Parts: sequence; structure tokens; C-alpha cells
Amino acid sequence: MVKAVTSFGRSGLSDWLVQRVSGVILLVFALVMVCKLGFGGELTYESWKAFFDGICMQVLTTAALLSLVAHGWIGMWSISTDYFTERLMGTKGTVIRLAFQALCAVVLFTYLIWGLRILWS
Amino acid sequence: MLQFGLRVVSSGSLAPHPFNRLRKSGQKKCDITVKDKRPVNLDIGTIALPITAIASILHRASGAFIFFAVAILFALLGQSLSGPEGFAAAQECLNSFIGKLLVWGTLAGIIYHSVAGVKHLVMDAGIGETMEGGIRGAQLVFVVSAVLIVIAGLWVW
Repeated sequence: MVKAVTSFGRSGLSDWLVQRVSGVILLVFALVMVCKLGFGGELTYESWKAFFDGICMQVLTTAALLSLVAHGWIGMWSISTDYFTERLMGTKGTVIRLAFQALCAVVLFTYLIWGLRILWS
Repeated sequence: MLQFGLRVVSSGSLAPHPFNRLRKSGQKKCDITVKDKRPVNLDIGTIALPITAIASILHRASGAFIFFAVAILFALLGQSLSGPEGFAAAQECLNSFIGKLLVWGTLAGIIYHSVAGVKHLVMDAGIGETMEGGIRGAQLVFVVSAVLIVIAGLWVW
């Protein structure tokens, strides 16, 4: 049996909501980036740097980074608990699932620190 | 909150497919258990994939793809914000064929995942929840994301 202790909010309903809110935040961020890169005029290092140093973009990029971590965890958790199970993989299922989830956690934590260093240094 | 799982218990012969097992044995009993095993009555390998299922599995696949491919965008962003030289290096990278291909591939995954995600939000709002609505929604997701992926390709090149 797949225990729910590894889910994001320990509750399916909570994960469902976090998945949607974080998805909308990521979509807003993506649309802002499309507007900036597609219709923002000529890009120089100074204008690009100033764009990300603005308070609005600092709020949005940090929210998007945190959303990426939450959204990514819930999505990969759903995949791992659907396919890497004892029913589909035999007795190794639990070991494979937990190893995969550990890998996802390491990747997401790397993204978090990497993103914060890019945005705040 | 209590969570109930519906479990089908059969004491018949061990045929490979649970549905067959149920029908053949003729002996079935449903019992409600608290937090027992999840219901096991679908054999994924034997189920046909209608357009709605293809749209769904692609949403998952694109999500798993983005999970790793987004590292390319992190690298480009970090490079471009590191200083004037880094900015020039990031532009250089985006001018190479491999760079364009990697970025376009990542954008394609993000575009499909986003469009399919918006369809989810629309369906959460109660729109297009019927069988016809689901098929129409899946078709719409394919058309819209294909158009956007082509536009993204033209933009990158």
C-alpha cells in the first residue's frame, strides 16, 4: 500500500489546490516572460538585469520558484505512486519509488537554491 | 476524515484480468474497508487509449520532461544575469543550433503542459465535463499547443 506521508500537504485535497494555485502562478510568470522577450523591445544586459531587480519581478520570480518546487513535487509524487508500486513492480516497488522520490527531492532542492542564488545575488 | 476504499474480493480461479476473474468465478463480494489497498480493477496494459487518455498521458509525460529540462532555462537565466560577459555568452548559446533546439524542445514541453493545465482549470470550473466535452477539449489542446509550438519554433529561429 502506498502511504500518503510523502505527499506534499498530507492530504489529497490540499495537494489538488496547491497544484492549481502553483500552476496559475507559473502560468502568469511564463506569460510575463513571453511578453518581456517577445514584445519588450531590444534586450541589453542592463535592461535585462534591471527588469529582474524590480520589486514586482522579485516577488513574481520568487513565487514562481516556490511554485515550481511545490508543483514539481506533487506531479512527480503522483507519477511515482501510480507507477512505481508493488502491484506493478513487485517487491522492489517501494524501494524504487522511495529512491525516485529522494532523487526528485534533491533535484527540486537544487533548483530552489540555484534559483535563489540567481535571483538574489 | 475516514477514507473508504471499495475492494472487490473474489475466491475464484486466478485469471490474469480482474474483470475476467470476476465474471468467470461468479462469486463476488464487495466489502468496504478503511484505508485498505487501493481498488485494483484496471489493467493499464489492456486499456484502449482514446484521445482524452492520450492528452492525459502526454500531460504527465510533458510534466516529467519539464521537471528535468527546466535546468536548461535555469542555466540560461543564471548565465544571462551573471554579468555583461555572461549575457553575451547566453546570447551566443541561443544562436547555436543545439542551443535553439534545446530551448525549443523545453518550450514545447512547457507549452503543451500549460495548455493542458488550462484545460484542467476549465474542467474544474464545470465546463466540458461530458464525454463530448472531454473529446472536444482534448482536440482543442492538441490544436492550440501545436500552433503555439510552431510559433515558438519560428520565434527561437
